[in-house]
This record gives sequence, structure tokens and C-alpha cells, in this order.
Amino acid sequence: MKFVDEFRDAGVIHKAADEIRRLADLGRQYRFMEVCGGHTHAIYRFGLKDILPPNIDLVHGPGCPVCVLPMGRIDDGLSIAKGPNVIFTAFGDMMRVPGREGSPLEHKARGMDVRIVYSPSDALKLAQKNPDKHVLFFAIGFETTAPSTALTLMRAKALGVTNFSVFCNHVTIIPGIRAILDSPDMRIDAFIGPGHVSTVIGCRPYEWVARNEGKPIVVSGFEPVDVLQAVVMLLRQLKAGEAKVENQYKRVVPWEGNRAALKAMAEVFELRSYFEWRGMGFISQSALRIRDTYKDWDAEHRFAVPGVRVTDPKAAQCGEVLKGVLKPVQCKLFGKECTPERPVGALMVSSEGSCAAYYNYEHRKHETLTRIGAAV
Amino acid sequence: MCLAIPAKIVELLPGEESRALVEVAGVRRHIDTGLLQDERLQLGDWVLVHVGFAMSKISEEQALDQLQTLTMLGENEAVMQEVKGYGLSDHDRKAGP
Ligand code: SF4
Repeated sequence: MKFVDEFRDAGVIHKAADEIRRLADLGRQYRFMEVCGGHTHAIYRFGLKDILPPNIDLVHGPGCPVCVLPMGRIDDGLSIAKGPNVIFTAFGDMMRVPGREGSPLEHKARGMDVRIVYSPSDALKLAQKNPDKHVLFFAIGFETTAPSTALTLMRAKALGVTNFSVFCNHVTIIPGIRAILDSPDMRIDAFIGPGHVSTVIGCRPYEWVARNEGKPIVVSGFEPVDVLQAVVMLLRQLKAGEAKVENQYKRVVPWEGNRAALKAMAEVFELRSYFEWRGMGFISQSALRIRDTYKDWDAEHRFAVPGVRVTDPKAAQCGEVLKGVLKPVQCKLFGKECTPERPVGALMVSSEGSCAAYYNYEHRKHETLTRIGAAV
Repeated sequence: MCLAIPAKIVELLPGEESRALVEVAGVRRHIDTGLLQDERLQLGDWVLVHVGFAMSKISEEQALDQLQTLTMLGENEAVMQEVKGYGLSDHDRKAGP
């Protein structure tokens, strides 16, 4: 664990903390949702919760693509890989996510040809190197990742690589936020918007959150100063009775997003009419499918996919945690049946899942507190 | 999952419009710059790399700041994976452009 006071800008952090204390109205409770798993990870890692006054609650959102993937999709992907001569490829994050008959890694131990790739383009390369095999890429991710898959598919088509296909599980962030806002048990005052997703989609798509829902949203970077500054900006808006989209991460996120990336996505993908999010149910127009013009590279078109649906174990409360209704520790399985070593839900697998982040860092709280205390 | 790491462009591969060689902490790998085709990348530019693709151009100052943060986050391993790409990049390098 590294500490806030080791930062070159520790002074700035403490200033931001002072400003937050000054702005926060003691008479009210604030609930800010950080949409992105990267933020969740950073918040726990740096112990940022301890810097905030107790009446500001950071609620973890659904922005971890591994966590929102329904188990049935993993089983579907693996079922394709059970066919002859198939190499199953996926990002490292996916490898330990349990399917009904085990994770990709467990399937590998049982003899399936499963390989970790770091980039979809590496999966394509693998296909070029193994012309007698079919390489399946299990694609997941929000708009940060989807353009890379799109470009890879465009390459595959241009190069005429036919032994390559993508099992597409890309989801889009906006419908996820909308589902949170529509959820009756949800009360969120404002949002910390995802930083890297926004390099692609820009800030405009969030405008309805401010305009129609009256909730401030600040797109934020991942450094401790960024997150704290985003909190300051949200508090300022709330104090002024405003609701608008602001960009704290201007140095990386252009307001208009990345046009080339959006173009690649539009070329290859179209919206699915609905898609299941784990713990949140079916959300309309919330995911991408591969267009017919690329159907030869669409695993769902090329292979018979069973379309497995698996209900999560009853005691698992991933859905409630995902929506921010429950804290990870409030799940009955937390730290008992469900640990990072033996995860029941995906929130415990990915380092960006709130259960894993909570499990890994929360017990070091006191250590952090002491350090920060020493620096004040 | 949405981690993006800063890397410096050390070579733009001639004849390969959308490929570049980048370096982070002494490790080099090829990345795809197809998503930044509107940016006219130059040698020495810093870019944020996610799953082997350059996502956005950033300033050197910002890049160094972020690398420091990643080190503090203890994300060095993730950074290395991001650069090395699970061994596939070695082949990548030997094979040349
Ligand atoms: S502790 Fe496990 S089962 Fe409970 S919500 Fe977290 S990931 Fe799901």
C-alpha cells in the first residue's frame, strides 16, 4: 500500500480534503456513485473514503465489465471452445470468472486450449499463426475496449483471416447509468463519471443525466487528486443548486470523444435490443452485437451458441452490491463463502469489482489513517 | 479492466500506417495507433495505451504523473502486462515490422 502523503501533491490532496469539508453541508447525507471500477479500485487502494467526511458516501457503480457479465455468457463462450480445434482467448481478467462448470482457467486445466491475450490484435495474430485452428476471442468491455475489438475485426476482414471470430459481450455505459437511476431502491445525488470510457464517448452522452435527471456528473481521472477534485466539483454544483456535466479529466478526455474510435465502433457494431447485466436484469439497448457485414467473424453467427441462462446462488447479493444498494460486507457470503481465492460472484474476481477491492484494501484502513494523520 | 497506461512513441513504423513502437520502463512493444489516425502522431509523443491500442494523446507531464500514480497503486505488474502483452509481443518484436 502506498500512501497519500508520499505524493508530490500531498499538499493538494489535503487542500482538496479541506475544501470538501468546507463545502459539505453537515446537515445532509451525500451519496455519490463512482460509475467506473477503476475509480472503485483507486478509492480503496488510496483509502480515499477515510479522507472524506462521514456524511459523504461513495457508492460503487456497475462500471466493471467483468462484474456485469452474466454467468451464462461465460458458459456460452466456453461451449464454443469445446468444439474441435478451437483456441479460446480472453483477457486475463476473465480467466478466473466462474462459469457453471468452472472458469476458463479451470477448463484449461481440464485440457481446453485457453490462452490469455492482452489485446484483441494478439488474438488475431494467433489465428494467423495457427491456420489449422479456429481462434475465438471472448470480447468484453465498455466503450474503452470496444473500438479495439472493432478495429481488429476490420483488420481480420481486410486480411481475409477466416479462422478467427469474436464472441461479443461489449456493453455500453449509458444504459447502465440509466438503469441505476430507474431503479426504485436507488438514491444517488450525483455521479463521478468514468475517465477512460469518456476518452472514447466524450462528455456529451452524459448530458441527459444532468438535464433530465437533475443529477450533477463530473468525468474524473484516476489519481487521488482527481477523485477528490471531482467530489469538490460535485459539492459545488449541489451547493449552487446546479446540475451539469463537467470534465475534471480535460487533459485526457476531449469533450467530443474520439471520433476515429466511434467510427470504428459504428462500422462493426450495432446495438442489441437488450442484453442481460448480471444482477441488474435485462437492459434495453445496452450492449453491442456484430453487424451482419461482419457476420463471418461473429462467433454467435458461426457457432451454435446454447444461450445459457444461469441464476446466481440465492445468497449472493451481487445485484444489490452492483447497484450500490448494499455494501460488499453486507452480502451474506462476503469473506466467508466468497473470497478472491474462491469467488462466488464476479465482483470478487476483478480487482475493480467492489467486493474484491473492499476485501483487499479495507482491512488496511487503520494503517492508512495513521499515515494520513501523520501528514496533516 | 479499463486501465490505460501512458507510453512514449519511440518509432513510427514506415509503411505501416497504424503501428508504432512504444516504450515504458525500458520495455518496448508494438501498438496499434489506428484509433488516433486524426492526431498525426510524432516521435516522442506520449499516448495512453489500452489493450494494445493508443486511446488518446497526452502531455509528457501528465504521462509521468500517471506513471508515478500507477507505481503507487502497485499496478506495476499490470503496467508490465500492458506493455509486454503476455509474451506475444516478444514474437512481435523479433518478427519486426
Ligand atoms: S461477496 Fe461475492 S456473492 Fe456477495 S456480492 Fe460480492 S461477489 Fe457477490
